[in-house]
Amino acid sequence: MNWSLSLPEIVLAVCGMGILLFGVVKRDDKTDICSMLTIAALVLCAVLVVGNSTGVAFEGQFVGDPISVFAKLLILTASAFAILLSLDFNRRAHIARFEFPVLVLFATLGMMMMVSAGNMMSLYLGLELQSLSIYVLAAFARDDLRSAEAGLKYFVLGALASGLLLYGISLVYGFSGSMDFQGIARALADPSTASPGVIVGIVFVIAGLAFKVAAVPFHMWTPDVYEGAPTPVTAFLGTAPKVAAVVLFARVMMGPFGHALGQWQMLIEIVSIASMLLGALAAIGQSNIKRLMAYSSIGHMGYVLIGIACGNAAGFRGVLVYLVVYVFMNLGAFAVILAMRRRGLAVETISDLAGLGRNDPALALAMTIFMFSMAGIPPLSGFFGKLYIFLAAVQSGLWALAVIGVLTSVVGAFYYLRIIKVMYFDEPAPAFDRRAPSISVAAAMTGLFTTFFFVLPGPVLNAAAAAAKVLFG
Amino acid sequence: MVGVGHYLVVSAILLVLGVFGIFLNRKNIIIILMAIELILLSVNINLVAFSAALGDLAGQVFTMFVLTVAAAEAAIGLAIVVIYFRNRGSIEVEDVTLMRG
Repeated sequence: MNWSLSLPEIVLAVCGMGILLFGVVKRDDKTDICSMLTIAALVLCAVLVVGNSTGVAFEGQFVGDPISVFAKLLILTASAFAILLSLDFNRRAHIARFEFPVLVLFATLGMMMMVSAGNMMSLYLGLELQSLSIYVLAAFARDDLRSAEAGLKYFVLGALASGLLLYGISLVYGFSGSMDFQGIARALADPSTASPGVIVGIVFVIAGLAFKVAAVPFHMWTPDVYEGAPTPVTAFLGTAPKVAAVVLFARVMMGPFGHALGQWQMLIEIVSIASMLLGALAAIGQSNIKRLMAYSSIGHMGYVLIGIACGNAAGFRGVLVYLVVYVFMNLGAFAVILAMRRRGLAVETISDLAGLGRNDPALALAMTIFMFSMAGIPPLSGFFGKLYIFLAAVQSGLWALAVIGVLTSVVGAFYYLRIIKVMYFDEPAPAFDRRAPSISVAAAMTGLFTTFFFVLPGPVLNAAAAAAKVLFG
Repeated sequence: MVGVGHYLVVSAILLVLGVFGIFLNRKNIIIILMAIELILLSVNINLVAFSAALGDLAGQVFTMFVLTVAAAEAAIGLAIVVIYFRNRGSIEVEDVTLMRG
């Protein structure tokens, strides 16, 4: 029993319970302290993740490999940034309660379990720990009807998706005779003899996971939940859980189901094309910037699914690189959205950004960087994310996906550039309130990463390539 | 003799009932929560039937986990329904339309 492999998770769980107790016992002004403690716990956990060895623990339930280390570091970074961004917003929205960082922490724990899953059981439990925490977070502003509605919608559709995923798992288990990823891979080694029951199971699993990454046709919850949830929750929801779900998706499809590539590749291609098209076209008519970010994230997930559809090492590397780039530009864009506040009230329409170029040049510059990066304009990081995905698609002969991907990113550039146009060239609106230092710090750090990724992309590319080698020896 | 196939048919019927319960129901959110439980129970039947047929305990262990998670999920779902009711004063499904997605 090699339990030390899961030391980061154990430490994080203990820290979570400790912070929860501390928050309950301490009488007043505990939100900031609890948030700081949570960030400290996440940093400690990241250090433990880096220092940990690799291997398999708990009878194959838990896997520690370069993939999980890569994904865990990204998830921990995104969670820490989300807590940092929540500090100021929650205080002003009167939802500053110490449960917020604790829930983020437990969601992070669930995500770390997801990316380390080596068995359908640990996959499901990690996924549920993450989902249940996020249902609560989405409804966190409990006096706000929109937040309650977002929580309700996310809960109902999320529970349905978990049910479908679970049904798929039960079929795969029954017809392949194993819950273990390696056992399933062995049973599927010759897909021509695989029972149709397994294929039906795989389709259900794809449906459940596609919901978690918000790919078309399981995207309907995304715009409503993004709009209704408190903005720091949206920033969290759009980054860390996406990383966990995508890495899990890629690991499950290329690991246990890898031999059945011929059976599921078409399905992922269709989902990917539909997501890219919807993400590009539906975002054009949006006036609320959080809704726009929702459609934008659906489009981004379409690009990520191209990498999964490739089903090879190049595709997996493209997925991981894209996730790094996506997380940083999304966090940055949400930092700017959190700074959109007039006379103490948060504003969310795109036209509210008018005149930002004159009123607050630094913030406008940051938003310009994130929008250009999302549109995929070199030399910003978003370009490299798309480059490696399209490269993998071309190498795997998936020309249609690469061509549609390029076309939809041109359409997508239209609405990203529209935001820049509104900021610099439209009739100026009144200036925003002074922004909080935490928001400036987050926007600056993510902005620097997005801008200067091209100077030193080596570490990320090498780590992603090393992670991809795990599944494709 | 009742074989695995019979259990699978029962479980598939329960799954379909659950999914339709979520999508066709226009009345009450509580019914949606019941439909979700139905889906999870259909999975449990599947897992136990396969576990018995394969002679492998993993399926039954998984069933215990699913039951536990279902309880937690119901608790959180009801809590969210309560805060929704406090804000809206109604839990009719047709009223959940503040945002159109």
